[in-house]
Amino acid sequence: MESKVVSQSIINTAVISNESKTSKIMKQLKKSGPLYILLLPSIILLLCFTYLPMYGLLIAFKDYSPALGIWGSPWAGLKHFIQYFNSYQFDLTIKNTLNISLYSILVGFPLPIALAILCNQIRIGMFKKVFQVTTYLPHFISTMVMCGMILIFLSPSNGLISNLLGLIGIEMPNVLSDSSFFSSIYVWSDVWQHIGWDSIIYLAALSAINPTYYEAATMDGASKMQKILHIDLPLLLPTAMILLILRAGSLLSVGFEKVLLLQNPLNLAGSEVISTYVYKIGLQNFQYSLSTAIGLFNTVVNIVILLLVNWMSKKLTKTGLL
Amino acid sequence: METVIKNKFNKKSKLQKSWKDRIFDISVYGIAIMMILMIIYPLWFIVIASFSNPADVSNGNVLFWPKEWKLDGYIELIKQKMIWRGYLNTIMYTLVGTFIALIVNIPAGYALSRKELFGRKYLSVFYIIPMFISGGLVPTYLVVKNFGLLDTFWVMVLPFAVSAFNIIIARTFFKTSIPDSLWEAAQIDGCGTIRYFLTMVLPLSKAILAVIGLWTAVDLWNSWFNAMIYLSNENLQPLQLILRRILIANESILGTSSGELASELRRLSEMMKYAAIVVSTLPIMCLYPFLQKYFNQGVMVGSIKE
Repeated sequence: MESKVVSQSIINTAVISNESKTSKIMKQLKKSGPLYILLLPSIILLLCFTYLPMYGLLIAFKDYSPALGIWGSPWAGLKHFIQYFNSYQFDLTIKNTLNISLYSILVGFPLPIALAILCNQIRIGMFKKVFQVTTYLPHFISTMVMCGMILIFLSPSNGLISNLLGLIGIEMPNVLSDSSFFSSIYVWSDVWQHIGWDSIIYLAALSAINPTYYEAATMDGASKMQKILHIDLPLLLPTAMILLILRAGSLLSVGFEKVLLLQNPLNLAGSEVISTYVYKIGLQNFQYSLSTAIGLFNTVVNIVILLLVNWMSKKLTKTGLL
Repeated sequence: METVIKNKFNKKSKLQKSWKDRIFDISVYGIAIMMILMIIYPLWFIVIASFSNPADVSNGNVLFWPKEWKLDGYIELIKQKMIWRGYLNTIMYTLVGTFIALIVNIPAGYALSRKELFGRKYLSVFYIIPMFISGGLVPTYLVVKNFGLLDTFWVMVLPFAVSAFNIIIARTFFKTSIPDSLWEAAQIDGCGTIRYFLTMVLPLSKAILAVIGLWTAVDLWNSWFNAMIYLSNENLQPLQLILRRILIANESILGTSSGELASELRRLSEMMKYAAIVVSTLPIMCLYPFLQKYFNQGVMVGSIKE
């Protein structure tokens, strides 16, 4: 009899605790209700225009035909991937993409750090302000105008640069139609445009450094150069690592718009990158499945590199993104 | 005796130091001035070239100051109807697009900043995934097409209004600068979440509204790729696509002709290039120094790590 009562009470408490758990969740849901309303517009847009296209990635494994729809089209397995790997364009696009993006990182990653350190050394307030406003300014020029300016300045017959070089008696080669110059044009014009802007984040990190470090270094007789080497640089390292990881994550996706605009039939051997090829195959030649397969390959490689660099950075410097 | 030696030693090292540091300072300012010139000169050249005789520009006679003040490029440019239409379209896309982006991203950032949001962790992942994975060009194009958005005004302002990056920045801002006690006080007074957000949080968040609004506006003003893919109707084309025809494709929008008229047309279209660059870039360039404060603030907010 007694044991029955006990078991009954156990059942009761079990029911109660179960009830209280669901009611707790319900309570929490109710409490977050208004917050979900605030999230709703962005969730709907993301589902429609970002997550729904991910379902469309299926056509990379199919022979897509618009009449049959995504699901109705026949499966093709890895046919399109293999077609891309075996094509002549594979070597070319991979080589150019890696070339441009490694070059970009090599030049475009350290220079903003140097600029931030330089700016940090300027002690005249007014001059510093002018310097900052000027170096940030080109960032707001649109890619279109930037490319227009590049074409105007580098024009072989009457561009500004060829005129300036002409003053000192050097004849400029036609760099716009030479594929070997393409990556340099791309990278250095990018440096001109974005070096100031990219340095802002390092300037913020520099301004957060405790001034007592510098005072202590001055007491010990350190020169300005030594302070940079032994205080500024080590303390910028964590920020730099995060940005490097982010950059590495887009190793295979170089600034597509600029490449497309600067491309011409003569420099194609140096300027055809994966993303421009995806665009041409997909939206100009209407080979939807092949284009999607190449794009997917690109995304997968990017993610693998991102995870790899993140893992390495965690091991080496104990800073990571994820 | 000892102190004298010490003093002497100190004096000497101080002198040496200042000598070293002086060279350092001189090179800092030297490099800085050189950089300013390297950035300003190309911009200055575009401006003076737009006012000069194209023959002088291409012969290299115009280097620091315009020669033979001429406004032909500007006059020809404003005669072109498509420039005006492009300008108007871009202004509309920028205004409406910025407005939509703020409506979508700011509340999302706020909601994600609240601890009591049920399933916050999973929702964050939901927002972060698109930063790294996307459907790619063709699948996205097909979805936009199936929604019937091709060749509409809305394709420029609605589908890609969500920015995970801006949401994260907004979230960080709300987390760090709106105290929890404010919400507790509002709650005691019987204020609901949405009313609290609209009437108390938003007025305190002008800085983040300005930052995200400005960033979005600049992006929209400069964007052209979506327009190129999704819009084929010429009446909807933004300014940047018109610029593409003038600057990149070198299209002779003034028409073609032969003989003497042809060289005159070539001359005018050269001038128009410079004028087009000035006219399209001027609004942002002029606004920027006044708004710089907000831009910088944004980067700072974004750089605060959790």
